[in-house]
This record gives sequence, structure tokens and C-alpha cells, in this order.
Amino acid sequence: MMEHLPALMIAVPLFGAFTTPLLKKRYSLASMWAIIITAATLGLSLLLVQEVLSKGIIVYVFGAKNPSLVLPSGYRVPVRIIFEIDAIGAFMALSATLMSFIGALYSYSHVRMESGLEKYYALLLLLEVGILGMVLTGDLFNLFVFLEIAGIAGSALVGFRNYRGEASEAGIKYLIVSAVASLMVLFSIGLLYGQYGNLNIAYLSTQIHFDTVDMIALGLLFVSFAMKCGSVPMHYWVPDAYTEVPAGINPTLLVATYASLYALFRVSFSLFGAITWNMARVGWIMSILGVLTMFIGVTMALVQKDVKRLMSYHAISQTGYMLLGVGVGLTVLNDPAKLSAFGRTAMAGGIFHIINHIIYKSLLLMTAGALFYVTGTRNLNEMGGLARRMPYTTIAFIVGAAAISGIPPFNGFASKFLIYETSYQLNPLLAVIAMVTSVLTLASFVKVFASAFLGPPLEKYNEVREVPKPMVAAMIILAVLCILFGLFPNVVLKNLIYPAVDALLKLAQYQSWGGLA
Amino acid sequence: MNFTLLSPSGFWDPVLWLIFLILFGIIGYIIYSRGNPGYKPKTEQVKPYLSGNAEPSKEKIMVRAGDIYWGFIEAMKEYYEVLKRMHTGDLRDYILWYLGIGAVILFILVGGV
Repeated sequence: MMEHLPALMIAVPLFGAFTTPLLKKRYSLASMWAIIITAATLGLSLLLVQEVLSKGIIVYVFGAKNPSLVLPSGYRVPVRIIFEIDAIGAFMALSATLMSFIGALYSYSHVRMESGLEKYYALLLLLEVGILGMVLTGDLFNLFVFLEIAGIAGSALVGFRNYRGEASEAGIKYLIVSAVASLMVLFSIGLLYGQYGNLNIAYLSTQIHFDTVDMIALGLLFVSFAMKCGSVPMHYWVPDAYTEVPAGINPTLLVATYASLYALFRVSFSLFGAITWNMARVGWIMSILGVLTMFIGVTMALVQKDVKRLMSYHAISQTGYMLLGVGVGLTVLNDPAKLSAFGRTAMAGGIFHIINHIIYKSLLLMTAGALFYVTGTRNLNEMGGLARRMPYTTIAFIVGAAAISGIPPFNGFASKFLIYETSYQLNPLLAVIAMVTSVLTLASFVKVFASAFLGPPLEKYNEVREVPKPMVAAMIILAVLCILFGLFPNVVLKNLIYPAVDALLKLAQYQSWGGLA
Repeated sequence: MNFTLLSPSGFWDPVLWLIFLILFGIIGYIIYSRGNPGYKPKTEQVKPYLSGNAEPSKEKIMVRAGDIYWGFIEAMKEYYEVLKRMHTGDLRDYILWYLGIGAVILFILVGGV
């Protein structure tokens, strides 16, 4: 079984997605089935992480007699669809499966009263398939196909509550934005295929050289993935989509966004990693986009009255930290002294922030979903005094808010600490903006806490009770992870983050599989 | 197991931080527990005194989310005007921003700068 682990990572959720509609008449069975499938995929991803960390890069060739047969006799270049899984791919796969499981668990109660739930769960699983394909593949065209799957499933889920006009509008916007970005990705892939006659990322990275067509492909891939990961000023679709999507889908949609960020890193470090002087420019572009993203995101969040929209702007803002951390690393990629002094740590901060943000932002969006579930509104002006009635949700919110604001000892602090220190070494202004953003983040969550949870109990919410147990369980799991990742950051960094950073930095290792070196 | 997180120019030990948090928590609790013994909850003593006026209903005097940071938002009015103009909600503008940023990035990469 271990040999076929990469294929199973796609096959299991895909099987789940196509079988869920068979359970159309039994809502609870469909949701239980989705929970089982996502739990099984989570188990597989844990095995995959273990395999990658202990044995190194896994290469899986589809359709070959032997899945490790990269070059059949007579072939000089790889031609089949190949999955190439290194530590960063495995790290992203673990994030995707964990969040899909949490989302399915939360959805069990959260969307119970909606209709069409067999489609909801089928789409959730398809979204998971799309993300997993994007982060596991070693083939550019395959990356595009899975990007499309994730985009289509995601937009259908954004518009799931189609009885709300806003949801349909957000779904269509997400669909069109995804389609435009995917189209440009496809165009870039076409350019590279025309240049080198191959689609394999590792092979292309050995062949790529510095000419105008390659640079156009890099630029188009960069800007398309930057838009898909919600970088300012191409972030406008994020608040629309995150606000309207059911809260149970928010964690998986969040990972889908970061799968595009992963693709951006993969393009910068692996596909075009061999180009030397231009990477410092790309690194600076990434860092500047990062600080712009974090500052504009947080200041927009501060003025929102819709609790989910407010949190969506924070999702944009936090993406800025990741861009900044990895951007600092990319800027000094070709300067060994600076790379070892602070570049590698900066990248570790950026990548650590991905998993931290996925955990606490999912938690916060779920608490926002819980508020909507009991009050029927997302308007903070209409809420108040809910802490007494929803103690578990309140605790979960406090943990999430402290984590996103970078308050120790929660997980957000550990990654922000690394980003502040290392970005300061590249340029102090970057660190100052990052710290001001954290202060504004805290201010913004104080506002949510004060207006929704504190204050006198309102008469209209006299009958409000805590949300059902599956929703509480999903929130508590994430709150515990926020605390554990914050208390033991070294364990996570050593076992998960630094291997992922090194996977991006060691290009030769990525290129040297299957006897190609 | 080593819990200290080393950074290029410092360190962070969450366990040590937690020990101090608990220590200061205990000190805080001791100070709190030695508070004014004359305080009696659920008596007239805890009711607000509004110069003889009746206390308005809780819902009326509640500070709403829109009122918090009013001063900050007012001071940053011009900045927010710019942001508001950028956030039109129009899908065509989303695509225009994408094309604009794409053009700038291509210009930088292809050698314009």
C-alpha cells in the first residue's frame, strides 16, 4: 500500500466525492461518509509525511508498469504524469487533509438545515482532491488541471447558499477570477511547452534559461498565483468568497488559497530557481506585495461590521506575513552568507505562518459561523453579551484572536517572531510595518470580542444556547492545536517546517530524481 | 527535548514564559482576593448612580461595533476614502487590477527596470 500512497491520496477523496451523491436521501449518512473519507485521507497524509521525512522525495509515475519507473527504456525525458512529493508538498497535503476533516466535522451540524447536502459534501471532497493534486504533482499541466478542479468546486461551494443573492454573486466572481488566473497559467505552460517540449517541473527547471519568453511565463505564473492567493491589490475576491461560503468550507477554502501560494513558491524556487540575478527582484516584489497586503488587509478589517467579512480581510492581511517571510528568503537566495544568517529562518517563519494561519483563521471563521448559526446575523452591531450563552465558542474565539494577534504563547507569535526578526535584517521598515499590522489586528479583534461577546445580555438572544457538539468539537481541536503549536514551536519547526524550507532551497535534490541527474 | 526557539538574534522559550505567566497569575489572584471586603454583589451598592435619573435599558447604552474606533477612522478618513474607491465590488475592476499588476511585474522581469 505504501508504494501507492500518492495515488491513494487522490483516489480516496475522489471515490468519496463520486459516491456521496448516492446518499442523497440520508443527510446524516452523507455527512458521516464525508467525515470518514476525510479522516481516512488525513491518516494517509500522516503516513505520507512520515514516508517523505524518513525516505526523502517520493516519485510516483501514473500508468507505468512500476510506479517508480520514470524513464522507460528508450526514453530520454519523462513523459507520463508524475507526482513528485517533497517535504513542502507533504506539509501542504497534511494541512489540506486536516482542514477538510475539521470542516466536514463542523459541517455535520452547521449545514444540517440546508438542502442539497450530498452536493455540498461531494464538492467539499472534490475541493480536497484539487488541493491535494496541486501540492503533490510534479507536472505543470497536471497542476493546471487540479487548479481548475479546486477553482470550480470552490466557486460552487461559495455559491452554495444560492437563495442568497450575495452568495450567488460571490460564487460567480470567484469562478471568473479563478478562470482568468487559470487561463493565464495555461498560457504560461503553453509557452514553456513550446520552448522545451516537456511539462515536468523538475525536468523544465534543468532546461530553463534566461530569455524573454521564459520571463513572460514567470511573470504570468507569478501574477496569476498571487491573485489566487489573495495578494493586494488583487485580493478583492477574497472577502466576497470567504464571507459567503458556509463556515464548514472556510478551512478547506483557506488551504485552497494557500495551495496557490505553494504554487507561487514552487514556481519561484523550483521551476525558475536556477535563474540567479532575477530572483532577488522577484523576492523584493514578493516582500513589497507582502507588506502592502498585510497593511491594507488589516486596515480594511478594522472598519468592517460583518464579522465574517472582517475576518476575511484578516485572512488577506495574514497572507502578507507569509509573502514577506518567503520573499525575504527569496531576496537573499543567491547570497549564501545572508541566506544562512537569516534567509532560511525567514522562510521558516513564512511557511510556519501558513499552517498557523490555517489553524487559527479556520478557528475564527468557525466562531463567526457559530455566531451566525445562533443569531441569524453576521452584523456585529446587532450582537452583544453572547459570552454567557456560548462559553465554548467564546473560549475558542479568545484563543484564535490571541493567536492571530501574535500574543504569546499561542502559535501566531512563534511564526511572527521569526518574520519580524528576519525581515528587520533585510530592511527595518518591513519589520515595523509587520509589527504595526499585528497591533491593528489585536485592535480589530478586541472590537469583535467587545461587540459580540461582551456587554449586557440582549433580550432577543435570551433563548440562544451553545452550538451543537460537532461544531464545538471542531473548534476545540483547532484551539488545542493553536496552544500546542505555540508551546512547542521547535517540535513543529524541526519536524515539519525546516524540512519543507530545505525542500524549496535544495533545487538540485528536486531535480535529481529518477536517474535524470 | 529542547523547547527554546532560536532566532538569528535572540530566543523564545514558551515554557519559561508560561511559568512566569502562572507565577504572575498567582500574584494577581492574591492581590484580587485581598480586595475591599465591604463590596457586596447583588445589592444597591453595585447599581450605577446617574444623578437621580433612571438607568436606561442595556440595549440603548451598549457600545456598538460601528462606534468602536470612531476616532481612528475619522482621523484616517482620507486614507479610507482611497481604499473605498479601490474596493468597488465590480468584477471588471478585479480583472483590471490583475492586468495592471501583471503588466508592472512583466515590465520589471523582462528588463524594463
